Amino acid sequence: MLYREAGQFKTSYAKDQAVFPIIQDRWFIALILVVAYGVVPFVANEYWLQAVLIPFLIFALAAIGLNLLTGYAGQLSLGTGAFMAVGAYATYKITTAFPEINILVVFVMSGFVAAGVGVVFGIPSLRIKGFYLAVATLAAQFFILWLFNKVGWFYNDNPSGTITAPPRTFLGIMVAGPEATAEVRYLISLTFLVIFALLAKNLVRGRIGRSWMAIRDMDVAAEIIGIRPLQTKLLAFAISSFYCGVAGAMFVFLWLGSAETEAFDIFVSFQVLFMVIIGGLGSILGSILGAAFITLVPIFLTNAPALVNLPMPTDLGKHIEEIIFGGMIIFFLIVEPNGFARLWQIAKEKLRRWPFPY
Amino acid sequence: MDLVNVLFIAPFLDMADAPVFLAEVVISGVLTGVMYSLVALGFVLIFKASGVFNFAQGAMVLFAALTLVGLMERGVPVWLALIGTAAVMVALAFVIERVMLRPLINQEGIILFMATIGLDFLLQGVGQIAWGSNVKVLNIGIPNKSFEVGGILLNEFDLFAALIAAVLVGVLAVFFQKTAIGRALRAVADDHQAALAVGIPLKTIWVIVWSVAGIVALVAGIMWGAKSGVQFSLSLIALKSLPVLILGGFTSIPGAIIGGLIIGVGEKIAEIYWGPAFGGAIEGWFAYMLALVFLLFRPQGLFGERIIERV
Repeated sequence: MLYREAGQFKTSYAKDQAVFPIIQDRWFIALILVVAYGVVPFVANEYWLQAVLIPFLIFALAAIGLNLLTGYAGQLSLGTGAFMAVGAYATYKITTAFPEINILVVFVMSGFVAAGVGVVFGIPSLRIKGFYLAVATLAAQFFILWLFNKVGWFYNDNPSGTITAPPRTFLGIMVAGPEATAEVRYLISLTFLVIFALLAKNLVRGRIGRSWMAIRDMDVAAEIIGIRPLQTKLLAFAISSFYCGVAGAMFVFLWLGSAETEAFDIFVSFQVLFMVIIGGLGSILGSILGAAFITLVPIFLTNAPALVNLPMPTDLGKHIEEIIFGGMIIFFLIVEPNGFARLWQIAKEKLRRWPFPY
Repeated sequence: MDLVNVLFIAPFLDMADAPVFLAEVVISGVLTGVMYSLVALGFVLIFKASGVFNFAQGAMVLFAALTLVGLMERGVPVWLALIGTAAVMVALAFVIERVMLRPLINQEGIILFMATIGLDFLLQGVGQIAWGSNVKVLNIGIPNKSFEVGGILLNEFDLFAALIAAVLVGVLAVFFQKTAIGRALRAVADDHQAALAVGIPLKTIWVIVWSVAGIVALVAGIMWGAKSGVQFSLSLIALKSLPVLILGGFTSIPGAIIGGLIIGVGEKIAEIYWGPAFGGAIEGWFAYMLALVFLLFRPQGLFGERIIERV
């Protein structure tokens, strides 16, 4: 009853092609944005922003990046962590070498650096696909982290071997470094996510996105109808790595504050892949929902025993967490292999008729 | 010029100078390679028969080793503990097939892959809760003395491991080539639909394959566990066996063995002779780079089936 599109006539091509053609969707998105911008920063406390919301926003951005590559272009990648690391280290190098450049511009610049690296490690995708490609991207994962660990130039020969976010301002407000408040960092992350999610949404319904999907569904057939596999696949790697790079830069500069290469290890890659698959392959909304699920579940599991006053030793708690997490992943894949995006779609279809049977 | 020297001349001079040392490096590489092969073998078995890329193989190795140690710590004699662990692995195969594989039948490869990563978490958690997460010593009476042959230092344990691996491969080869079940397994690997059509029960076959992979995991777990203690890091060798698979081909049992040997030897030699030129610790990524370069020239691996594209 509430979600009815009857009577919404599209009278121009522009309206027909809108990103959100249904008025309820537009209201829903607007409501979410109003709450996210206008309510959350004033209500949420430091813990919620720092431990839940900021990592969720950053991982959502990385998940969108990986979804462009894996969900839309069909190239399985296990190198997300490394591409995020490239973004983070590039930001560190650029902002320490040229402190006068605005930090937000630096984020985007390091995204381009990550895109370049992504293209290099995307080259094998021209010859191989599927799991072979996944293992090839593992080479990126291990090699890049080793490089950042070994070569002092990347972390300015810092004796601790870490990269630390220097204090940086935007419009006179501290956005990075130890003095930046969680609210500001939250708002910046949110803005990045909103802008890049919209960009991705538009990207995948245009010519580029369609050529990616053609390559994903059957690359030989796509080639025959005139899609160039070389450019298309490498572009997918470039744009995906761009997203991951920006997310990686935010990961260190807006969330952790300082990090070593271990922060970007193979488990980060797996985590982002989980988000993409649990959320739904080939769905921007799905990436965001998946990121919410994967960041929230461990926090919930860690805090759940304390909530019901159940004393539990840390290591036992950690193992139970692993079991529940693994079990949930298997359960979700069995119940709905197409992820949250599909569940959302089903819910919308049900809502359309609700509460009447027809 | 200096770079050329460090990369292309000095390592070979070093090798020529100390042939005994080189031989020791190669042998230690071969033995590490055998270990990788044992893990890769489990991957290949499952991939061949069910097309599932089983990421949980490493966790299965850990789980098997933990179960064995746990049983032995409770005073069960070695032979009984071995049988018990094997029984647990077979039971695990039943559960996996019933609970995980059957509902996911006909899903895409990546979904099944994800499910096995979930299984990986699950097994690690269960194993460590059931048997504790501290490092354990596994001692089932494998001799561990060093002796010299022609100036080269050898270890009885390593020879024993190589022997076990050889026996295992031999048994598997006979099992696959000569027995009725083996033939059915190969039929399923060739073509699921055709195998079903001639009356091969797919579900039973999957249970058998996962059981065999579980027992291979047990053997790998015993070897790795006896060498470096049973601990969480055992499950990480699964990652190391991935380049082995690439090199040997996902569908070839001899490929897994030879790929393992190449990676094991290559890694050790690279670390010792070329490592200093790169600042050391190149063991971590060398195998992957080798596999990556190799893939560019031969996408199906050394012994993999030719990839034929049909539209």
